[in-house]
Amino acid sequence: MGRWRGRGRDCGCCYLGILRTIMQQTPTSWGRYPESLADRVVDPAWITDVPVAGSSSMLAYGLGRSYGDVCLNNGGTVVRMHRCDRILHFDSNAGIVRAEAGLSIAELLRVCVPRGWFIPVTPGTRYVTLGGAVANDVHGKNHHRVGTIGRHVRSLGLMRSNGTSMRCSATENGELFAATIAGMGLTGIITWIELSLLPIASRRIEQESIKARSLGDLIRLTDESDADWDYTVSWIDVMSRGASLGRGLVLRGRFSDQADGTLVKGWKGPLLTVPFEAPSWLLSAPTISLFNTVWYNRQLGRLSRTMLDVEPFFYPLDAVGQWNLLYGRRGMLQYQCVVPVNDGEQVMHKILGHMQRGGVSSFLAVLKKFGRLESPGIMSFPRPGLTLTLDMPISGRDVFDALDRCDELVHSVGGRVYAAKDARVRGEVFRAMYSSEIERFMPWIDQGMSSSFWRRVMNQATESK
Amino acid sequence: MSSSSIVIIGATSGIAQGVARLYAVRGWKMFLVARNAAALEAMASDLLARGASQTSLLVADLGDVARHDEIVRRAQQFCGTIGVVLIAHGILRNQQEIDNDSDRMLEVFNVNATSSISLLQRFGIALEAQHSGTLAIISSVAGDRGRRSLYTYGATKAAVSHFVAGLRGRYKPLGINVLDIKPGPVDTPMMAGRTQALVASVDAVARDIVRAIDRRKGVVYTPWFWRIIMRIVRMIPEPIFLKIKF
Repeated sequence: MGRWRGRGRDCGCCYLGILRTIMQQTPTSWGRYPESLADRVVDPAWITDVPVAGSSSMLAYGLGRSYGDVCLNNGGTVVRMHRCDRILHFDSNAGIVRAEAGLSIAELLRVCVPRGWFIPVTPGTRYVTLGGAVANDVHGKNHHRVGTIGRHVRSLGLMRSNGTSMRCSATENGELFAATIAGMGLTGIITWIELSLLPIASRRIEQESIKARSLGDLIRLTDESDADWDYTVSWIDVMSRGASLGRGLVLRGRFSDQADGTLVKGWKGPLLTVPFEAPSWLLSAPTISLFNTVWYNRQLGRLSRTMLDVEPFFYPLDAVGQWNLLYGRRGMLQYQCVVPVNDGEQVMHKILGHMQRGGVSSFLAVLKKFGRLESPGIMSFPRPGLTLTLDMPISGRDVFDALDRCDELVHSVGGRVYAAKDARVRGEVFRAMYSSEIERFMPWIDQGMSSSFWRRVMNQATESK
Repeated sequence: MSSSSIVIIGATSGIAQGVARLYAVRGWKMFLVARNAAALEAMASDLLARGASQTSLLVADLGDVARHDEIVRRAQQFCGTIGVVLIAHGILRNQQEIDNDSDRMLEVFNVNATSSISLLQRFGIALEAQHSGTLAIISSVAGDRGRRSLYTYGATKAAVSHFVAGLRGRYKPLGINVLDIKPGPVDTPMMAGRTQALVASVDAVARDIVRAIDRRKGVVYTPWFWRIIMRIVRMIPEPIFLKIKF
């Protein structure tokens, strides 16, 4: 099968949306950093073809939407699961689906939405596999209501690297189940997942957008909204300074309960696809600043009310295929941390300050308050508190330094960073953030599995930066 | 059209699965034939979840021509009137692997050409009896001109294309459409490990195939630009063609 380049070139025809060179399908992560070269790439068409461990470590790979290196296995075997995407059972009365782990949320929605069911927890893109969603225990805008996706997994199939298949649930192999949810693929390969779905009457979502003039205002509005709304999230204007630092828009929504016949509507998919790497000036400080200012001022009044389809509400970025290429050759980093509520506002202030002083421009900053519902997953990221997510181009060493300072700050108040977004946290910091969890997680790691991320934070090998 | 039915031979192949999903959404009855029983079961549950009204599975090694009559008979029993027959099985071997191995070369011929032609004829007769239906087969752009890097596979596909062209003439007056599907490289397991440019997605190719069946086309290249590329390739004079290494 030969050696595969970690970062493929894109063919100029990609705007057609149907052409890809195989080169381009080599495993990369969404941030396109760090570069990685798998020793072997296996592409099983059926669950029965999933390989057992050979001489090098294995890692399952879905659609490559995690940002850093949790989905990479430099020098090892990468098992691409996207072809194992069959729905094995769908109970449309009870709203329970059992599917192979390579099924994407996009495909699942195509099947379940027309029958009145939605995925109970969705990340900001529907182009992720169920296996990837569970392995990273993703959360959504409704975390304060329903927790992470791990809470909705009834059971799953796990194949250990020695070829043993087992069924895991809260009652069967319970500890392994807890280790596999948010287990970053390190406990084996998830082969199938049984998930409870959420009943919906309509595809339409009632949304309110409220302008917040400062961070304090924004957090207060979030608290208010969480009481009455299923979905809440806030967008922060990262260019705001001084008294208006942290100003932004609080978005809150809920599914319409009117059966209006929209469930059978089709999906639009990407409206356009970025054909190749953009020059790096495209998303740099001036353009980012301009975008944020325009976006904040676009809404004139304090409150704007709209009815939106699920597609723009949950997946606005899916409208632009391969938008990560907009960050150019150097790629991007995403940073997501959570800190306890008490220190929340103060820490968020400092983080935004660190970024501005460090000259780091974040294109998109999102704030959300996590609820108290606990995930079964041992290594699960969410904790009650405020979570901040920042996207930024890798413009230089400064970015890494600024984020290191943020890590220290987050850790000092008992917070943590999200592995699925990470490409750079220092090992000792990560281990300190998750110390008791790592202790409980370690015995369940399959010795035949590994990832670039895990080796990096556990310091078993130095990977190139 | 909810009562319509499709027979898919080599149903577990990448392209066939893509096509099957589109017919499942339409609520069709599906008769699926393939060699791998576990794969067929997984595929059938997927199609039922997506809306197929009913599925029937038959495990068969398609290289075994002796079973072909049984396949046709069982398909007729299950479907009643057959709406569409899609023949999609095939194997791809690297030319270098079989260049000096006659047995393996003949295996490719047997599976891709002989068994396909056998099934085409038998299903043709079945459709003739019911005076309706579409007979579709997946050949390849590789069948349009023999080239050194893939001539055995290409020759099997050329045999199929020629056979189908004749069948089309024979059945046209009876209202039976015969469709020759010519995909370029597609992102399927069959292509695994091959480095190739211009690879199309299964979804795009499957949509093209269903559209061609719906519109009762005779030949469809998918993606469409292969029609132009292959026209040019066929026009290259032989002395020059011999010097091109592809």
